[in-house]
Amino acid sequence: MPVTDVTQDMDTRTLTITAEFAAPVERVWQVYADPRQLEQVWGPPTHPATFVEHELTPGTRCTYYMTAPDGQRYGGWWQITEVDAAYRLTFDDGFADAELNPVDTAPVSHNVYTFEEVDGGTRAVYVSTYDSAEALQQVLDMGVVEGSRLAIDQIDGLLAA
Amino acid sequence: MDGTSEDRADALFHALADRTRRDILRRVLAGEHSVSSLAASYDMSFAAVQKHVAVLECAGLLTKRRRGREQLASGDVEAVRSVASMLTELEGIWRGRIDRIDALLEEN
Repeated sequence: MPVTDVTQDMDTRTLTITAEFAAPVERVWQVYADPRQLEQVWGPPTHPATFVEHELTPGTRCTYYMTAPDGQRYGGWWQITEVDAAYRLTFDDGFADAELNPVDTAPVSHNVYTFEEVDGGTRAVYVSTYDSAEALQQVLDMGVVEGSRLAIDQIDGLLAA
Repeated sequence: MDGTSEDRADALFHALADRTRRDILRRVLAGEHSVSSLAASYDMSFAAVQKHVAVLECAGLLTKRRRGREQLASGDVEAVRSVASMLTELEGIWRGRIDRIDALLEEN
């Protein structure tokens, strides 16, 4: 399994996921740099993503939408804040309306992706932070949820952390 | 979103941000405990433990009832599930993405 570590910080509403991929850093970066590849991984199979605007340059806004099985489109945007090609990408991720304009009242997550070489492969660390517990709840209410339901032993594991 | 649900989410996250409170919650989720027996488990005053219990109670994670001179506390599993599941649902989305990246990288 590529995921090697998951940390949930309830106090800062931050999710940190570490994964290791059997591919060089430059190859993993391409997944993000090439919108056609990014589309294959961003949305779940039931809600494929389409990137309309995409450029990984600080200050640039990327736009995308995900299409639900009933044809309904859900818009989103990335505001790119920092780029160190192949190694680091930071951006804010939010919701957009039908014309792909940002919805100001919707929550925004702050994302820091870092990639480093490990034994010829790549260790990726994804950090995603929400400004408030309510924002986190809102994202899950609005967003595409493919997550698994929580079992009682997972609750215990989380509380023990 | 109304203010009530926002306040409630804040209270939940605040209550769970403390290690002692998480430990108390783990105990009362497993079964009812008297506040005095909980207090005996920690190297802190009865008043301090009572305060932690009150924070958990305000957040709706724990309920108290009286039996004679004792206060008995028990955990509310559903309330815990609601807060923990927010981060876990998000984790599920991420795990899906990572699996798809892995599959894409294996293709070529």
